[in-house]
Amino acid sequence: MSTLLESTLNPTHAVLDQTCLAGDPWMATVRAGQTLRILDLEGNQAVDTLFYSAAHAEERYSAADTIARNGQLYLGLGTRLYSSEGRVMLTIVADTCGRHDTLGGACSSESNTVRYALDKRPMHSCRDSFMHALCHCHEAGALGLGKRDIAPNINFFMNVPVTPEGHLSFADGISGAGKYVELKAEMDVVVLISNCPQLNNPCNGYNPTPIQLLVWD
Amino acid sequence: MNTIPANLLWDELLPGGHHWSGRLRGGTALCLTDVQGGANVSALFFNAEQPLERYSMPDTLKSQHTAFLTAGYVCQSDMGRVLCSITADNLGWHDTWCGVSDAAMVRAQYGEKNYQQYRNAMLRNGRDNLLIELAKWGLGARDLVPTVNFFSKVVPDANGALRHVPGHSQAGSSVVLRFEMDTLVVLSSAPHPLDARLDYAPADVQLHATLAAPVAADDACRTQCPQNGRAFTNTERYCGVAA
Repeated sequence: MSTLLESTLNPTHAVLDQTCLAGDPWMATVRAGQTLRILDLEGNQAVDTLFYSAAHAEERYSAADTIARNGQLYLGLGTRLYSSEGRVMLTIVADTCGRHDTLGGACSSESNTVRYALDKRPMHSCRDSFMHALCHCHEAGALGLGKRDIAPNINFFMNVPVTPEGHLSFADGISGAGKYVELKAEMDVVVLISNCPQLNNPCNGYNPTPIQLLVWD
Repeated sequence: MNTIPANLLWDELLPGGHHWSGRLRGGTALCLTDVQGGANVSALFFNAEQPLERYSMPDTLKSQHTAFLTAGYVCQSDMGRVLCSITADNLGWHDTWCGVSDAAMVRAQYGEKNYQQYRNAMLRNGRDNLLIELAKWGLGARDLVPTVNFFSKVVPDANGALRHVPGHSQAGSSVVLRFEMDTLVVLSSAPHPLDARLDYAPADVQLHATLAAPVAADDACRTQCPQNGRAFTNTERYCGVAA
């Protein structure tokens, strides 16, 4: 698989061009017909991402619907990202990485105590970034989002291979500096990102780095 | 069918295609048995006193380095605790990825069978089954996360393309869940979303609730991996129980 396709979009024509620093959250609205690019600036950076319908936030990205309706465990070029109500929210229209994960979820201080050691609880985590964004970003306030709305996410640029025997592992990233994924919005969506701060496993190459977000009309 | 277990608290038949919810206290166990073969039980688990805490597919899979569930594994919450442990299983694989069917999928695959014409033989779907039960506890669509699909097996090829394994669960297949904290359990027995059979004939599921033996220090689920040991410690701290 791993079909790669470069984008024809020109960054100088983007209507939004922002950098999300290492370990920070990011939230924005992308309208139907617009294209969002997530760019891994320095390589090996997991980008934990959730989508909500801007009109009706109970409709949100659904990992299970995306897996079952595509009949595919991994995300890549052409994957349709389905909502909890079975509608296509976005489609992956360009990809220079080749595979993205939706099984591994987001790290949290609580899951860090289980996965690594009880004393890892104070380390910065994606779900703490999500909570911070829910408390501070006006999109979250407008939609009334809270912890109930944090469901299993997408990890762009992360590689979580599953063998036919069902073994799951966190492998070294297959992303590199300058790789990107582009998503065309099929409905108005609110994007919630945690630029992953995890330091305990190779998902960020043990060195979290910034990402760039671009949107085109 | 299994014989009636010792320490029986109650039993109930969950007919194929239907839905159920209830509270299982810490220290009790729930045995699910496929009556005719070909059952599917989509399950959600919540902390009964604070349902903001719920079963997490990613946390469960990544801490145990598995993509499926069977005996020896636990269903972890999104707060680092164990909601329930799988203490017995004669199937070897329960699906965690595929979630549930919805009304449009069931209509497209099996045709229209509504209440007006078919009464209680109407075709129910997984999503609506779970939403109906969630609503009884003040919960709803926001709380509907990926389910465990007991009795179903879906395997990936080397590229991640998925295949539902027909005939995986035979009559009499059973799985036992031991609850480690007070848990709200929400079940749907509608068909698995990737089950390609064209006849809507999900099997009935017998539920038996029993008192469980205390968790021993060398318990197979607790000692499955160091991660599970820490999740049990987190659970004991939450429940105010000495480790």
